[in-house]
Amino acid sequence: MSNRTYELIYVLKPDAPETEVAELHKQVADIVERMGGVIDKTENVAPWGRRRLAYEIGHHKEGFYVLEQITGSAELMKEIDRRLKVTEGLLRHLIVRVDESSIKAERMRAKRTEESRRRRVARGLPPDRQPGEGPQGEDNDDSGDMMFDGGEMEA
Amino acid sequence: MAFGAPKRSGPGGARGKDAKDAKGGDKRRGGGFFRRRKVCKFCADKIDDINYKDVKLLSGFVPERGKVLPRRISGTCAKHQRGLRVAIVRARQLALLPYAAD
Repeated sequence: MSNRTYELIYVLKPDAPETEVAELHKQVADIVERMGGVIDKTENVAPWGRRRLAYEIGHHKEGFYVLEQITGSAELMKEIDRRLKVTEGLLRHLIVRVDESSIKAERMRAKRTEESRRRRVARGLPPDRQPGEGPQGEDNDDSGDMMFDGGEMEA
Repeated sequence: MAFGAPKRSGPGGARGKDAKDAKGGDKRRGGGFFRRRKVCKFCADKIDDINYKDVKLLSGFVPERGKVLPRRISGTCAKHQRGLRVAIVRARQLALLPYAAD
């Protein structure tokens, strides 16, 4: 079956009591379970949880963010989306499929490693970096500040 | 951050003055001044997955006004600019980034 990984983020009102947070999480968990999915992880602390909104939503300046990673079918996510749409007290929610982009990122990384190994071999070096070889290129972080002022003189 | 700078010390205005201040007009031929080559941050830092949750990264590409910083200023390559746009749009939906400020 086509099981896919999704991320669900929803934003509750900042004054929502903990019971409400738990309640909503349980609702989501119930749907997930009923439709044969798995919640991989739930985050509502550190970067998430209570945080400032970039703009006001219905006079609220803060929101309570919860991130859930869910593996399941598209129908499952559709159902969650439908339910969240009609849930009161929810400021925002977003469902994003993440497996494809992480696979893509993985592929890119593999390709790059491959390429660098090929080049290193072509230069007569062992394919992997040796300890103590020193940074190469990675320390070029000075580009930032001067990037845009285009004012550097020749002399 | 680096990308907050361009607006204020606009390259256009600064360029004209610098070119004149440099010794003589002949300096202007062939550029006249050294301009640092812009590189795509995502290519340089090897960021494959531009994630909408990474507000710190994204906010570098959203100037005060709240708009997406154009490629010609940030130097982001076309491929990564596309991904960046999607990430910013998602972050906006969740009020992680502003649609417009002021």
